[in-house]
Amino acid sequence: MGLPIIIVALILLFLIFIYNSLITAKMRVGEAFSQIDVQLKRRTDLIPNLVETVKGYATHEKELFEKVTKERTALMSAKGTGEKAAANNQLSQTLRSIFAVAENYPDLKASQNFLELAEELSDTENKIAYARQFYNSSVLDFNTKIKTFPNAFFAGILNFKEAEFFETSEEEKQPVKVKF
Amino acid sequence: MILFVIFISTIVYVFSRALGYGLSFVGFALILSGIMSIGSYYYSDKLVLAMSGAKEIQKKDNPKLFNTVENLCIGAGLPEPKIYIVDDPSPNAFATGRSPNHSVVCVTQGLLDTLNQTEQEGVIAHELSHVKNYDTRLMGIVAILVGFAVIISDIFLRSLWFRGNDRENSNAQSVFLIVGIVFAILSPIAATLIQLSISRKREFLADASGALLTRYPEGLASALEKISSYPRPLKNANNATAHLFIINPFKGKEVKSWFSGLFDTHPPVKERIKILRSM
Repeated sequence: MGLPIIIVALILLFLIFIYNSLITAKMRVGEAFSQIDVQLKRRTDLIPNLVETVKGYATHEKELFEKVTKERTALMSAKGTGEKAAANNQLSQTLRSIFAVAENYPDLKASQNFLELAEELSDTENKIAYARQFYNSSVLDFNTKIKTFPNAFFAGILNFKEAEFFETSEEEKQPVKVKF
Repeated sequence: MILFVIFISTIVYVFSRALGYGLSFVGFALILSGIMSIGSYYYSDKLVLAMSGAKEIQKKDNPKLFNTVENLCIGAGLPEPKIYIVDDPSPNAFATGRSPNHSVVCVTQGLLDTLNQTEQEGVIAHELSHVKNYDTRLMGIVAILVGFAVIISDIFLRSLWFRGNDRENSNAQSVFLIVGIVFAILSPIAATLIQLSISRKREFLADASGALLTRYPEGLASALEKISSYPRPLKNANNATAHLFIINPFKGKEVKSWFSGLFDTHPPVKERIKILRSM
């Protein structure tokens, strides 16, 4: 009479264990996703500084600066993942244009401010890349946990769904078009 | 690791059967070993740093290094460690700390001077993987178990002198006695060999985890090549800290017999490079 109860208790314990492990993995995925935003925001915050520094030397490039400022505002008012991603991509393209423009102004290239900003922005791009890598690792971990053998049975019951990998959009894969 | 615990349990069982005592002295041995090791475990990072002559640096002293470490930590999901530099031209690095929240990464000046950016990333990724895999904590526990094995063998051998004639001597007990003596003599050595084997396995694991973090195993492979071909040994290294470094700081002959290879804390560099390049 004791045995069935023990078996049931063991199964319940097992279920609890699986559930906790899946929830932990899922939370990690969520956090990793927010971390990407942290880095993106850092980049957005660096932009006004960059614009001011470059403006001092490249006074004729007004059009470019207006474009950057407009896109930055668009990014800050974007809602939803899709919109934000598109706005970010747009901003990346324009940022690359600014750096290409800077090539024409040797005074600007020599300025300490500009060099430090360029270094910071480049480092921020690295951080964004690493944050995305970590997000993908977390997603891989979570998806693997849902799909592998014992958990696969229960994942459906407990309503865990696969998470999505971060993928580069088609636009980002295109070669950079530098427009002045 | 599990085999190690089984090994320890076996010798405990044999000893206690041989002597006919209860397990109280076993508990005593475990506590003694624990006390000895816990102190060194908690202060291991400070001890190692002091013994190596390392100095902490801040972000402004070397922003590139800080950024490299910070970015790899983002990729690994680790909190940022403290960063130390040892002023020695021999390239090497180590990581210590009982958990990711209390971790330390240390590089030599020689490492910063000799290796390029990708190679440095490979090395730092390897060290961060040690932290992420809780290797310091693991080796600390293993050290406790080894100490335990040593103490308990010692107690066993000493207690043989004090056995009175008033105990019943069954045949089974005599057999256990003989086995016990053999174990007592061999187990300290066996425990140390197992500890070194675990250390080597964790080095391979850190290599692999580091390569996974950077997604570029060639960085670490070429770094290992450069580091191992550097002619002079590290100034402040000694036996107690040697196992923490990325490559054994004592330069020995490259060709080692299988037997002396058992006593290495690190796997042979050529093998590590081969494995990395085949990834």
